[in-house]
Amino acid sequence: MARKILYQDAINEALDQEMARDDSVIVMGEDVVGGTGAGGEMDAWGGVLGVTKGLYGKYGDRIMDSPISESALVGAAVGAAATGMRPVCELMFIDFMGVCFDQIYNQAAKFRYMFGGKATTPVVIRTMYGAGFRAAAQHSQCLYNIFTHVPGLKVVMPSSPYDAKGLLIQAIRDDDPVIFCEHKALYATEGDVPEESYAIPFGEANIVREGDDVTIVALGRMVRFATKAAEALAADGINCEIVDPRTSSPFDEDTVLESVETTGRLVVVDESNPRCSMATDISSLVSQKGFGFLQAPIEMVTAPHTPVPFSGALEDLYIPSPDKIEAAVRKTVAYGN
Amino acid sequence: MSNTAITAITMPKWGLSMVEGKVIEWLVEENTTIAVGDEIMDIETEKIANTFEALDSGVLKRKVAEPDQSLPIGALLGVLAESNISDEDIDTFIEDFQANYSPPEILEGEESETSYEWVEIDDYRIRYLRMGEGRRNIILIHGFGGDLDRWLFTQGPLSANASVYSLDLPGHGQSTKAIRDGSIAAMANIVTKFIDHIGVDHAHLVGHSLGGAIALQTTISDPDKVDALSLIATAGIGVEINGSYISGFVQAESRREIKPLLQQLVGDPSLINRNLIDDILKYKRLDGVTEALETIATKFMDRDQQTIDLRNHLASLSIPVHVIWGSADQIIPASHAKNLPGNVNVDVLEGFGHLVQVEAAGEVNKLLQS
Repeated sequence: MARKILYQDAINEALDQEMARDDSVIVMGEDVVGGTGAGGEMDAWGGVLGVTKGLYGKYGDRIMDSPISESALVGAAVGAAATGMRPVCELMFIDFMGVCFDQIYNQAAKFRYMFGGKATTPVVIRTMYGAGFRAAAQHSQCLYNIFTHVPGLKVVMPSSPYDAKGLLIQAIRDDDPVIFCEHKALYATEGDVPEESYAIPFGEANIVREGDDVTIVALGRMVRFATKAAEALAADGINCEIVDPRTSSPFDEDTVLESVETTGRLVVVDESNPRCSMATDISSLVSQKGFGFLQAPIEMVTAPHTPVPFSGALEDLYIPSPDKIEAAVRKTVAYGN
Repeated sequence: MSNTAITAITMPKWGLSMVEGKVIEWLVEENTTIAVGDEIMDIETEKIANTFEALDSGVLKRKVAEPDQSLPIGALLGVLAESNISDEDIDTFIEDFQANYSPPEILEGEESETSYEWVEIDDYRIRYLRMGEGRRNIILIHGFGGDLDRWLFTQGPLSANASVYSLDLPGHGQSTKAIRDGSIAAMANIVTKFIDHIGVDHAHLVGHSLGGAIALQTTISDPDKVDALSLIATAGIGVEINGSYISGFVQAESRREIKPLLQQLVGDPSLINRNLIDDILKYKRLDGVTEALETIATKFMDRDQQTIDLRNHLASLSIPVHVIWGSADQIIPASHAKNLPGNVNVDVLEGFGHLVQVEAAGEVNKLLQS
């Protein structure tokens, strides 16, 4: 169908195609141009990891560097959205959302509701999350669950280049505020992506792999780890079905429940800390609405309830691994035998 | 060491992108005698599941591949031999085969689309695929919502002794999505220009469903360009059509909505696997596809009725015309194959659905080559 491109290039292409299609789409963030005012803007850095590279040369002032003030940046984007623009702002690390959280959960998330549907806030906040880069406790967290808790926000965590492009296009076209969570470790992963524009509807889980023994629900980077585990388990005749919700809000309950109805066993894999997380949320869903399907207790594979360690050895232990997923699956299969 | 009395059954290559297949189940027991065309195994590929039919005859001496095993194309699935061959000889054959077999290398950057070609016709960018080389030219035209992949099991076999082309109609596959004129006449005009583009005087047109109506219209408009016509589960020669399938297909956004619809396309619903559903959803998500499909649908149907009737033209055609249908078609009823004029050959295949060229590929290919 299409050529193989990187996750980060899929994001760049989504921004490019939407900016070309719709003049009200603007991009703002810290260093998203990179070196404004200096010579050679065409080759400007394009964000801390180069995701927005090349857009400044094409769209000029519609892509702007912001001061290093997340509350100003996100506030400006939310305000612009309320007046009819479609800003895509980049909050470099999801860890920094603490300083601008009022703009997100008290302002952007509330406008449509508090103004009786007369106001919309079509803002997208793109942000990097996740551990594995030796970036320590303040630059490595997996916080999508905090946004998921807030009604009025939509929360997206693409696990592949195909999903990254289609979900970002949907996010930009959506009239509600969307928190778009990109895992750092996925930027350099490659996959098939159509050249044409396409939008993936929110709340539509992807069945990444079919199987009838155990359901694994995994989010973001964990989808790849779950796939690795499932390949190892398949060699022993244990067939896992992997469900990637793609969006935590809205959440595709039906696909998860239908899968557990077939398999009778559930393992949830979430890179977040375990308390009040997507892992607990999905476990609660299945125990309330799918209790009768279950043949074994639900297993959760998550990070421990600690900050992300700076020590490399400890950080490696902190992140859920394919081995831990495999062990959890084997545990559910062995239950009662 | 070659031994003509022993034949390897190997993983087939169905379509350009197939690199491996998964064995679902064997359909025959060891030590049964197998004839060419017998169904021997169900195989699932990344595109679709299907039944593998024997390419050689003999006694099935050994099953090598096991259910659930994924194997690359060309890998050994089983061994056929004459009944008097000893078990030791079979063992030696298998050992030799496995020692010499290496899976085809997938080169970095070698993508299937490199073999697709493109042409501009009426400002549409049309994708097509050419296979084989022969005196005869065959053009395969897919139906509503399909693309050239619908000929996955047709194009390869036909290309053994013909130049075979399949194309994506406007609004479909990877061709231009924005449709100006979605009428059957406009599509037929594109087919005529495509025949000119490939540089031949005339071609054998094979059309499925809406593609059949387009092939028939092309023949009516430009009789000199068409030397034979094969119409598979065709639109345009009867009134009834499953309107709720068409409108459901146009509107569906999710796997849950589209799966039961796609299952109506086949007699055996298990053929509709996750990958086929994914491919169709990926197509339907592309900008412009929903509008294109709506534009085309309104030009040839209204609710449960087709609005274009070309049936009366069939009798006056002076070329061979072949109508093929699956008896269990839930989209356009097989009754449209009844009472056709005497110059039309008709074959109705028992128990198969609308996608009969996929479901009963072996039989349909034989009919197309006859």
